[in-house]
Amino acid sequence: MIGSLDWSTLQQLWWLIVSVVGSLFVFLTFVQGGQTLILTLTNDDNEKNLMVNSIGRKWELTFTTLVLFGGAFYASFPLFYASSFGGAYWVWIAILFTFVMQAVSYEYRRKPNNFLGQKTYEIFMFINGSVGILLIGAAVGTFFTGSNFVLNDYNLVQWTHPLRGLEAAFSLFNVSFGLFLVFLARVLGSLYLANNLEHQSLVGQLQVSAFNNLLCALPFLLYVLIRLVLMDGFAVDPTSGDVSLVSGKYLQNLLEMPLVLILLVAGLVLVVFGVVINRFMGSVRGIWPSGLGTVLTCLAVFSLAGYNNTSFYPSKADLSSSLTIYNASSSHYTLTMMSYVAIAVPFVLAYIAWFWRQMDSKKLSVEELAADDKSY
Amino acid sequence: MIEQIDLSLVNWARATFALTAMYHWIFVPLTLGLSFLCAFFESIYVRTGNEEWKKLTKFWMTLFGINFAIGVATGIILEFEFGTNWSNYSWMVGDIFGAPLAIEGIFAFFIEATFFAVMFFGWDRVTKKMHLFSTWMVAVGSNLSALWILVANGWMQSPIGMKFNPDTARFEMQDLWSVISSRVAISHFTHATSSGFLLASLFVVAVSCWFLLKNRHSLFAKRSIAVACVFGLLSSLFVAFTGDEHAFITARTQPMKLAAMEALWEGKEPTGLIAVGLVNPDKKPGDEQDPFEFSIEIPGMLTLLAHRRFEGVVPGINDLTFGNEKLQIEGVAEKIRRGRVAVASLGDYKAARKSGDAVAAERSLKIFNQNQDYLGYGYLDSVEQAVPSVPITFYAFRTMVSLGTLFILMFLVFLYLSAKNKLEDYPLILKFGVLSVFLGYVASQAGWVVTEVGRQPWAIQGMLPVTVARSNLDSGTVAVTFFLFLFLFTALLIAEIKIMAKQISLGPEGGKS
Ligand code: HDD
Ligand code: HEM
Ligand code: HEM
Repeated sequence: MIGSLDWSTLQQLWWLIVSVVGSLFVFLTFVQGGQTLILTLTNDDNEKNLMVNSIGRKWELTFTTLVLFGGAFYASFPLFYASSFGGAYWVWIAILFTFVMQAVSYEYRRKPNNFLGQKTYEIFMFINGSVGILLIGAAVGTFFTGSNFVLNDYNLVQWTHPLRGLEAAFSLFNVSFGLFLVFLARVLGSLYLANNLEHQSLVGQLQVSAFNNLLCALPFLLYVLIRLVLMDGFAVDPTSGDVSLVSGKYLQNLLEMPLVLILLVAGLVLVVFGVVINRFMGSVRGIWPSGLGTVLTCLAVFSLAGYNNTSFYPSKADLSSSLTIYNASSSHYTLTMMSYVAIAVPFVLAYIAWFWRQMDSKKLSVEELAADDKSY
Repeated sequence: MIEQIDLSLVNWARATFALTAMYHWIFVPLTLGLSFLCAFFESIYVRTGNEEWKKLTKFWMTLFGINFAIGVATGIILEFEFGTNWSNYSWMVGDIFGAPLAIEGIFAFFIEATFFAVMFFGWDRVTKKMHLFSTWMVAVGSNLSALWILVANGWMQSPIGMKFNPDTARFEMQDLWSVISSRVAISHFTHATSSGFLLASLFVVAVSCWFLLKNRHSLFAKRSIAVACVFGLLSSLFVAFTGDEHAFITARTQPMKLAAMEALWEGKEPTGLIAVGLVNPDKKPGDEQDPFEFSIEIPGMLTLLAHRRFEGVVPGINDLTFGNEKLQIEGVAEKIRRGRVAVASLGDYKAARKSGDAVAAERSLKIFNQNQDYLGYGYLDSVEQAVPSVPITFYAFRTMVSLGTLFILMFLVFLYLSAKNKLEDYPLILKFGVLSVFLGYVASQAGWVVTEVGRQPWAIQGMLPVTVARSNLDSGTVAVTFFLFLFLFTALLIAEIKIMAKQISLGPEGGKS
């Protein structure tokens, strides 16, 4: 069946798959959010260890989702992979750097003789949760604000800004997007921990923290949304493939793709709903509606960037170098083969979910940690 | 396609990639093998119900976890370095090369990530059987990731299943299955994973020998050694077997690499194998210098290895560079000439397409099609460039093979002494056991040096030289990154070693970490 799909359908399908992986990643950044909470929210070492161990059982999953996001982009839209990583060099190196720091931190933090000291590893975690996520947000922001690159006749990239990607962090829109993600991660982190821990006072604080962080996220969200509907967007002429700036392009996308509008609104409502039931109704299960809401919201954002004849990785420096899901993709054959491979994804998700339930059915307590000599 | 080549940029990009890869490969082989050893230990625990075996399993698992974390940290850099350092490469072959990386994510890394958490924290949260299953899945997942990345690497060593598309100026995949099932890839996989098993066995033996020397945890150490010796002996035999197979394949797919591994300049009939030798580092293709300062040769042996019989010529570096009509080998000079025709006609074709001149485009395309197999050679400046560093490849290969032979003997001795329960009577042998793990790391790194240095100047064998594969960066940028990574990885490596050493000295009774 997949074999008979035409190329453009596959390109759209793969944009969807990449978007789903990216959106799941944003949901899973509750790990990063949690990492920024441990320094401020905890009163003693027991509480700190409890939080670290709770999110520590999921960090690999978040990390691997990021790796898969990269791999899936590479296989399906190699021109994006080449242009963005080889072009916006510094921003990606900086992001990667923070993830290297994170990867060792859980395991090494409390091991005796760990060379850098517990505090350093906690700072590593904080940097990953703040700077790392902020830069990821700024990089995704360039899907709308554009980047500074030129492709030559052979599609090889030349970056035209000396900061090589870090300039993305000087756009108010991109930074707002990044800060929104940082606070969203903290919201999700609070919600996840509130659901996962058996510790009355801490859970109470986490429920409040989720709400407060949502309040912090709101101004950035509002700014991003308002700018998004007002700003000029990078539209593609479907017949010639020419890219041009069209005012109100993303608003137009929203109106022309009502499903995306619904996703966006429903997503945001669900995020708020999860926080509200935690804060005001004594629930601890807010992570689920908020998590789902996060995924839907991100799907809407990716759809706005990629579908409806829009350039998802536009070039400010040279409009005709802008990438679309049609000119940046792999060949028909590769996308077909990769689609067969992607059939496995639901099964992977299923076993992850099953083991997640097995592992989290019992809440994590200080007593259990004390008894476990493998705890982080 | 490329305006001017900044060699120092290419060299920094290579250095950064090699740095990351070599750091990654410090941790990866231990992960590959120790995961299986943990699974063996835990299986024994589940079968016997003996809590001592559980303690033993947990001890090795702690060490596994410490090593694993930093393996993951270095791995993510490698994956994205294909984009940051080799972005032209990523576009030109991403259509083929991206696939195994994505498949690796779906089919291997998620298995590792999911079951790793169960293995470490699930002792009281899932059933005993389910826990054992998870431990096994971590081992399977790690080794599956090796499969996919080596499929990717194997394809670079011996590209198949694709076609150049002049309109997009990139290679496009034609046959995924032939990429996955390539002989080169499978042979990489079997050799690299079994070398990981071997290394992990050495690791377990070394730590246990240290305990025996210190007279601590003797029973624990002997149990560990017994399991590790069996695994180690089997793997070391398999390593030698697959290594031989690997060389046999390389003789066909990358004859220049094989010639460099042997420092073989002139093909002879039959060709001997240099058992020990001191190569002359100044020798260049075509000159009259002696290849060796000193050497001991086993007559006919190389022919036997490369052809599996006693006749036939193994072509030397000079045959491959200057061509050899008798052996029907086309020289590099001729390949470069045709490669330049391919590069020029591709440029003409693009220009004609742009200006809408269909006739000229057609004509250029025809010329291009006749020469496209040589495209990569069009970017070489001289015939010498096609020859990898002979001394590095030669010595690295000898280091690996001689250590490999030594390990087989070592495991035989250990297995014998362990069966007779006499290990403690031979402190010298125990000391050698401790040392052996370091030799294991040397052999393992040497293996990759042979593979990667031996295929220079190609990023993709015969198709894409590293000078084209690079990103458009200035060399200062990449140099700064090199030192940033060097600093970070080294700090983390020191931390890892210190933590590891502490955990070992705490021993299996160590209790709370
Ligand atoms: C023969 C085995 C082998 C080889 C040659 C490589 N790796 Fe590796 N890699 C592994 C075997 C492995 C592993 C044993 O499976 C690791 C170590 C720790 C882990 O989680 O998996 C791993 C981890 C690992 C990770 C982190 C995965 C995670 O999130 O869990 C990434 C992104 C890569 N690798 C990528 C690469 C790339 C791009 C390579 C090519 C240059 C490479 N690896 C060479
Ligand atoms: C993990 C073990 C590995 C080690 C130790 C290693 C080592 C090296 C070294 C030393 C170089 C530089 C060679 C030189 O410049 O002379 C290199 C280059 C490179 N290797 Fe590897 N490598 C490893 C794995 C891989 C794998 C699995 C891949 C592919 C998936 C790969 C792809 C490359 C690429 C793209 C380059 C740069 C281009 C080149 O110089 O050929 N390497 N590697
Ligand atoms: C005993 C005899 C051995 C032989 C004949 C042998 C042979 C080879 C050959 C021919 C290659 C590939 C070079 C190429 O790309 O063509 C290779 C690679 C390699 N070897 Fe060995 N080897 C031996 C022992 C070892 C040992 C003891 C280790 C490590 C403990 C080891 C680790 C490696 C690694 C990591 C690679 C690179 C991965 C790969 O290319 O698959 N080898 N070996």
